[in-house]
Amino acid sequence: MAELRDLYQEVILEHSKAPRNFKEPAGMNHQAEGYNPLCGDRFTVYLEMDGDTVRDIGFKGAGCAISKASASMMTQTVKGKTKAEAHKIFQQFHDLVTGHEHVGDEELGKLAVFSGVSEFPMRVKCATLAWHTLEAALEGKQEKISTE
Amino acid sequence: MTASAVLPEKATSRVFDVERIRADFPILRSRVHGHELVYLDNAATSQKPQAVIDAIVRYYTSANANIHRGVHYLSQIATEEFEAGRHAAQKFVNAADASEIVFTRGTTEAINLVAQAWGRVHVGAGDEVLITAMEHHSDIVPWQMLCNEKGAKLRVVPINDAGELILEEYTKLLSPKTKIVALAHVSNALGTINPVKKIVAMAHAQGIPVLVDGAQAVPHIAVDVQDLDCDFYAFSAHKMYGPTGIGALYAKAALLEAMPPYQGGGDMISSVTFEKTTYNKVPHKFEAGTPDMAGVAGLKAAIEYMNGIGVDKIAAHEHELLEYATKTVLALPGVRLIGTAREKASVLSFVVEDVHPHDIGTILDQEGVAVRTGHHCAQPVMDRYCIPATVRASFAVYNTRAEVDALARGIRKVQEVFA
Repeated sequence: MAELRDLYQEVILEHSKAPRNFKEPAGMNHQAEGYNPLCGDRFTVYLEMDGDTVRDIGFKGAGCAISKASASMMTQTVKGKTKAEAHKIFQQFHDLVTGHEHVGDEELGKLAVFSGVSEFPMRVKCATLAWHTLEAALEGKQEKISTE
Repeated sequence: MTASAVLPEKATSRVFDVERIRADFPILRSRVHGHELVYLDNAATSQKPQAVIDAIVRYYTSANANIHRGVHYLSQIATEEFEAGRHAAQKFVNAADASEIVFTRGTTEAINLVAQAWGRVHVGAGDEVLITAMEHHSDIVPWQMLCNEKGAKLRVVPINDAGELILEEYTKLLSPKTKIVALAHVSNALGTINPVKKIVAMAHAQGIPVLVDGAQAVPHIAVDVQDLDCDFYAFSAHKMYGPTGIGALYAKAALLEAMPPYQGGGDMISSVTFEKTTYNKVPHKFEAGTPDMAGVAGLKAAIEYMNGIGVDKIAAHEHELLEYATKTVLALPGVRLIGTAREKASVLSFVVEDVHPHDIGTILDQEGVAVRTGHHCAQPVMDRYCIPATVRASFAVYNTRAEVDALARGIRKVQEVFA
């Protein structure tokens, strides 16, 4: 039987209550909105890109504890990483929360607390919403977003 | 001295012996994550009694053939059973004639049928379709599609903080431009029972027809379409202990007669040449293709099951449960009800301070308690209350006070996890 505490680990609860980088970075030049129509979770991920590198990242929005904590810890993880590195971490994170075999999850670091999500398939979308939004922000719109 | 049997706590109801009812529903014996199943997601779909399951099995075991076609024995039996289902549905909503009952895949298809077959003839550029702020997406989107196609406008009757229609605003919105009013009898997200009879009378005073979405009403209220005087009434079997994929549209005979067909195909015609097709008479004109005969057998069994208990008794039991649940849940800290109309049926929608409904849903599920979390296909209702989602517990004939207590224990567990 899946254990609730595996899903709602202290670190996750703590991040959901006090999310990090819960703001629009001053130098933001990319953004994307992520929405899960099934549950109404909605986040905007903001990036300040310096060439191919995430110089700063923030997010805003509303969602469940899993989605919010995931967004919060994602911002900590990808800050300073290149586009390719961020993409690779997402692939590993995706494998982790969907319970797929994965190798070299040492890069996941603190994100390993999300391993319990794999026991709750209905919550995979919650854990990955911010990451999909990040991918959209990284890949999609190259146009400058007005900070006005 | 005669000792009266002491019923276990979960069986207590002032209306009937719930344990006997529960024994009719095999799925209620399930265990979920090591707990007895507490099924409180009835507004999404109800569970099915053995009588309904048996009716479907019996249909395929002894009556299956295509209807309205063959001259052989089974075709005749299947046709008779199908039409008997129509008569059962007619009596269930007290329609004047069985030909006023069109079988559909459910409420959604019934509303789409009206929006397309009736709407495309009667709604034009500059006209208005009037719905309400508490509609399910299935009573919004078909009208939106029609309005977009015709250049008509969708107008919305607002609701107050309790989740009741503001009738003064409704009066103001009715105008010569209004071609149809469409509203829920009971709101799926809020539980509000709308004063449909009054709303119909107000629309009729200006010659405007009214469609009623009865999906959430038929399981809980004895519906009399002649008393309501509505022009269309749509409902599904699966929310009233019947199978999925079958439902019905009631429509006044004169309206049905004048409407063009919805879909073309077999069964809806009386003769076809490449030059011209003559349509079948109503209601068959609206039932193209081989219908869900087993579904109709299941719907008939569900109607018989409800009548066997008594719709009024079911309503009384659920009302008692709703009152108990309201009191029990409100006694918990940080719980706020969404939908506090004076007239409510069977739905307890709520939010818990600082905890997202989805997290509540997962934790309750681990306790064996099934509730719906989300926007309940009524996003505009969520927007009205500035919330992304709610937790919805909805009750049926087989639910007990002990299950409400399990819900309350589950919410306390949620609060412990998030403390």
